Amino acid sequence: MLQTLLPILIFAALAVGAAGAVRRIRLWRQGRRTPMRWHRLVLMPKRYLNDLHHVVARDKAIAHTHVATAGGFVAAMALALVVHGFGWRNPILGGLLLAASLCMFIGALAVNRRRIDPPAKLSKGPWQRLSKSLLAYSVGMFLVSLPLVGVAPTVLGGGVLALILLALVAWGLAEMLIGMGWGGPMKHAFAGTFHLAFHRRPERFDDQHRDVAHDVHRGSRSTALFPLDLTAKTLGVEKPADFQWEQLLGFDACVQCGRCQNVCPAYAAGQPLNPKKLIQDMVVGMAGGSDARYAGSGYPGIEVGKHHGGPSDAIVPQLVEAQTLWACTTCRACVEECPMMIEHVDAIVDMRRFITLERGETPEKGAAAIDNLIATDNPGGLDNASRLDWAADLDIPRIQQRPEGVDVLLWLGDGAFDMRNQRTLRALVKILHAAEVDFAVLGDEERDSGDVARRLGDEATFQRLAERNIATLSRYRFQRIVTADPHSFHVLGREYGAFGGNYVVKHHSTFIAELFDAGRLSVKAAEPGETVTYHDPCYLGRYNGEFAAPRQVLAALGVEVAEMERSGYRSRCCGGGGGAALSDVPGKARIPDMRMEDVRETGATTVAVACPQCTAMLEGVVEPRPQVKDLAELVASALVEPAAAPTARNSSEAPEEVPA
Amino acid sequence: MTQPERSASVAGEARVVALVSSGRHPVSGRAGRAREDARAVEMGLALAGASLHLAHAGDAEDAALPEYLGMFHGLEGAGGPGELSLLPMAAGDDAVPLLASWLEAYGANLVLTGQRAECGEGSGLLPYLLAERLGWAVATGVAAIEHYAGDRVTVLQALPQGQRRRLEVRLPCLLCVDGVAPMPRQSAFGPSRRGRVEAVANITAEPDTLQAAWQWQPARARPKRLKVVKSTNARDRFKAAAAKSAASGGQVLTDLTPDEAAQKLIDYLRAEKVLPAVQPGDEGQSSA
Repeated sequence: MLQTLLPILIFAALAVGAAGAVRRIRLWRQGRRTPMRWHRLVLMPKRYLNDLHHVVARDKAIAHTHVATAGGFVAAMALALVVHGFGWRNPILGGLLLAASLCMFIGALAVNRRRIDPPAKLSKGPWQRLSKSLLAYSVGMFLVSLPLVGVAPTVLGGGVLALILLALVAWGLAEMLIGMGWGGPMKHAFAGTFHLAFHRRPERFDDQHRDVAHDVHRGSRSTALFPLDLTAKTLGVEKPADFQWEQLLGFDACVQCGRCQNVCPAYAAGQPLNPKKLIQDMVVGMAGGSDARYAGSGYPGIEVGKHHGGPSDAIVPQLVEAQTLWACTTCRACVEECPMMIEHVDAIVDMRRFITLERGETPEKGAAAIDNLIATDNPGGLDNASRLDWAADLDIPRIQQRPEGVDVLLWLGDGAFDMRNQRTLRALVKILHAAEVDFAVLGDEERDSGDVARRLGDEATFQRLAERNIATLSRYRFQRIVTADPHSFHVLGREYGAFGGNYVVKHHSTFIAELFDAGRLSVKAAEPGETVTYHDPCYLGRYNGEFAAPRQVLAALGVEVAEMERSGYRSRCCGGGGGAALSDVPGKARIPDMRMEDVRETGATTVAVACPQCTAMLEGVVEPRPQVKDLAELVASALVEPAAAPTARNSSEAPEEVPA
Repeated sequence: MTQPERSASVAGEARVVALVSSGRHPVSGRAGRAREDARAVEMGLALAGASLHLAHAGDAEDAALPEYLGMFHGLEGAGGPGELSLLPMAAGDDAVPLLASWLEAYGANLVLTGQRAECGEGSGLLPYLLAERLGWAVATGVAAIEHYAGDRVTVLQALPQGQRRRLEVRLPCLLCVDGVAPMPRQSAFGPSRRGRVEAVANITAEPDTLQAAWQWQPARARPKRLKVVKSTNARDRFKAAAAKSAASGGQVLTDLTPDEAAQKLIDYLRAEKVLPAVQPGDEGQSSA
């Protein structure tokens, strides 16, 4: 009986699953089409086994569980197709099938143990069922295959026991094959396969990256936002069908593991954002329906089950509230953690673009910042000529006076208008003078890089600023750009390329580290007993892979660095990126407060920062708290200036700034 | 304070026009939406939705025009692209006859605009000259439109220190929107791109002969009069600092004939040495 029913079961499941898969592919193809690159399918195994595993393996237990379960299943399925499906009842193949089923069974046991009391980040519902289905499939397949090696007598071939076994196998096949095509939890394997092959950012899988830092840190290989065609019919994403089809495919690959939810600063702060729910909402929108069947944590403060969407229905506000999109700090922590390589930030910015460019509903302060950028080239609406007011006594060379060119163009960024950041910039200038760096600034010809405008979705203003900055920069000669602002660093270094601006851009931490390496800076030993911790800015670390240089600088100063639990590529955002400080979505806690709590846990008395935004956000935490110092300030205060140096004029301002 | 405008059901018939000018950013001097004109457009959009029509007399390439058209979003109904009629003229031309003839031809019955332009002459006289030429009513300092139906519009006029006065104005009329009116909506790139600027054909601008005869000189910064408050009492000092300079020494004149009123004004201006003290004899009507 088994020998007649098993092939029928297997092929029926395959056929029904395939029908579902065709329907699923149609759902993805609702998105905007791009040229198909079929040859990328070949790249899938490498991307799966290497790049994806690299992320999954951050949690060893899960990685092993997944290898056993998925590997066991794929092998067991392939062998079952040959042995039971086509009836090639070879004892060796049968033995292999038994081994594969056993392997899968062991993996499934681990899955089930995790599902007894699942952590909050995991989705329940069908995902709880999946763990049982894995057991059913592996046990069923193991037992029906026993006769192949002659261990069990052919007694299994008849009677009630055979029916029970068949039911088990059928359950397993329904979950694994039919569910895969028809949107069950196993959909992730099917969609994930194609998602990895047709990923919108193939550079993420490119091991031969031009920049070594990006090679070491995989997450920063491709982080620039995609330029928007400003002549398109509608700008940004209004409805799910406005996404590129690869993006829709990517949403479908989500395994709802909740790693993104665990690292999202907005979610932790009780703001109405949960990256996992957002991706699931996109799936709901793509397939049509309501979010009532979602079985994980929702957006804080927003009830699950009240929203609905369809491929051609507007996303905001029926499916996702605008507040959810504006809560994102674009810190990329979710993207960094996602084992399926889903690009949450791209999706959020795409939807923001529609809200800003088509609906004109940027949050009030964000809209004011954009208006100011349009009118004055800086988000504060200040006179651009006052960009160098803080440096009136510093004798900073202007690049306009140096037609022969300079080594370093110092890009000030909009921190030049902020009194706190002016102290950092003064410290940086002092360092450059001390190291006798040949540098100059653009002065009032410098404009905002466009970072805030772009993250707020105003691609038009961003492109305008980018084009003007690129035109300005093309008029002057310099070897490289150095900036104390990681946002400018990222935008100039990685996003201007798409508009024809290719520069060597260095963050000041990298540059100072190089000065130390070259022996151009001498510092006095740090006072013992003081502990310092370092806060990695998102746009320096996760976006650009620079984790080493700031620590190198701190090491050169001889201070003891106590690392926070969340540091390096897992650093927690300060809450100031992506225009989140402007949209200021209310939550239960403030993101910088939570970050300062991380700092306090290390027992550090000083937190070293490397970004004007982080400085502002962390200094906004009420006292008493560890003091916030930029790396440049720490270095400048430790500088030992050679006696009678040509830069003696700087020694006159050695005592700290006198408030004006 | 700003009450919701109630768009009357008959508003569909009415032709609401907002006159927009090229603004100048106070810091950078870049062209953009003028602050009061943007509020006038906002008021018009709240009242008439996408059927609001914009008009501008000046340069077709002005960067401010797309910014006004970018405000045509979030509107009920079809929400088509914004439309702006451009009356081409040079900077030295007189906008009043152009606008007046166009408004008449268009059949506008409610015209919204700011109180004064941010560049050029900026005298704030244009609404008055227009109203005079068209024979329409004019109301300035409008903070909100309360009711708009039939042949009347009820508006709230802004007075100093947050006071409001309710005015009922007969249509057609010109309303000059004050800076205290509701904030203008964001200008979005998409709608601004789709907005249509249509140059009105068959009009010829005439040079502003009056203006051409003027003598221009840079404004002289005048010293500000210090307000010394002799009080040891914080409350009094606060009141003095917070109070807008209340009119002092003025007089309220009522029940005068227009001629008497004009004479009083001329006398006042002579006393303030705005007009020459000695009667020249030939400058009778220029202050009208």
